[in-house]
Amino acid sequence: MVEAVGTLFQWLIFLGVAFTSILASLLLITRKNPIHSALFLVLNFLCVAVLYILLYSQFIAIIQVVVYAGAIVMLIVFVIMLLDLEQELRSGLKLFYSKVIGSALAVLFLLGLIYSVVAKSPTGQKGTYTPEKMTANVKAVGELLFTEYLFPFEIVSILLVTAIIGAVILSKKRT
Amino acid sequence: MTMPSVPPALYLVLSAILFTIGVIGALTRRNAIVVFMCIELMLNSVNLSFITFSRFLQSIDGVLFAFFVIAVAAAEAAVGLAIFVMIYRSRETINVDEINLLKW
Repeated sequence: MVEAVGTLFQWLIFLGVAFTSILASLLLITRKNPIHSALFLVLNFLCVAVLYILLYSQFIAIIQVVVYAGAIVMLIVFVIMLLDLEQELRSGLKLFYSKVIGSALAVLFLLGLIYSVVAKSPTGQKGTYTPEKMTANVKAVGELLFTEYLFPFEIVSILLVTAIIGAVILSKKRT
Repeated sequence: MTMPSVPPALYLVLSAILFTIGVIGALTRRNAIVVFMCIELMLNSVNLSFITFSRFLQSIDGVLFAFFVIAVAAAEAAVGLAIFVMIYRSRETINVDEINLLKW
């Protein structure tokens, strides 16, 4: 009985969050004001973070909220504030044939993806991280990150340093 | 009668829908910052399918891939937004269809 209630809540949360995230992303691509788009992007990121928690990945959920919804969207909003986008707000959406064709191809791509997902359930060799073990998610991620994935981790640190230097050099004013 | 829990296919369908919305937005919008936000949306939906596979195949590698994707997205945000500021300084616009110097 308790498990049935838990599953019911899981379904309710999943459906609510899924529809909210689809709605938020649709509003993101249709609003004219980029600030509104950025706020709907935050809503979408928070909804996906809830989905990560439903999937027993607390670490990625927290990273999602801190890095994506916090840092990256804050950067985007800051740049929107720096730039003066008045004429963009006044000009309407121009529809070219190429855009319509591209969107139609994207929808076709979606149909293909949905078919491939529904036709065959994901198979593969199952690992050892059952949901019970994933409750200590951060510890498991840290252990793997500093043993098996140590080299990619170092590469990521070099990549971040490169990005910092690049951003500083790009935005330095030429004299 | 017990209710089955949420199947992985639904998560993957949601991820596909978000990805397609991101593609459509990146193709149709003119403001470079909105195009950038759509690209973030696409990265995010791919992360969702990584985590879904990680959960339902009971492996943790997907979580680590999502972690690396987030790190790359952060680096991309810093450099990309610096480029937008540069373009705005020199061209006074960030509409992607007016920045056509490299267009064939």
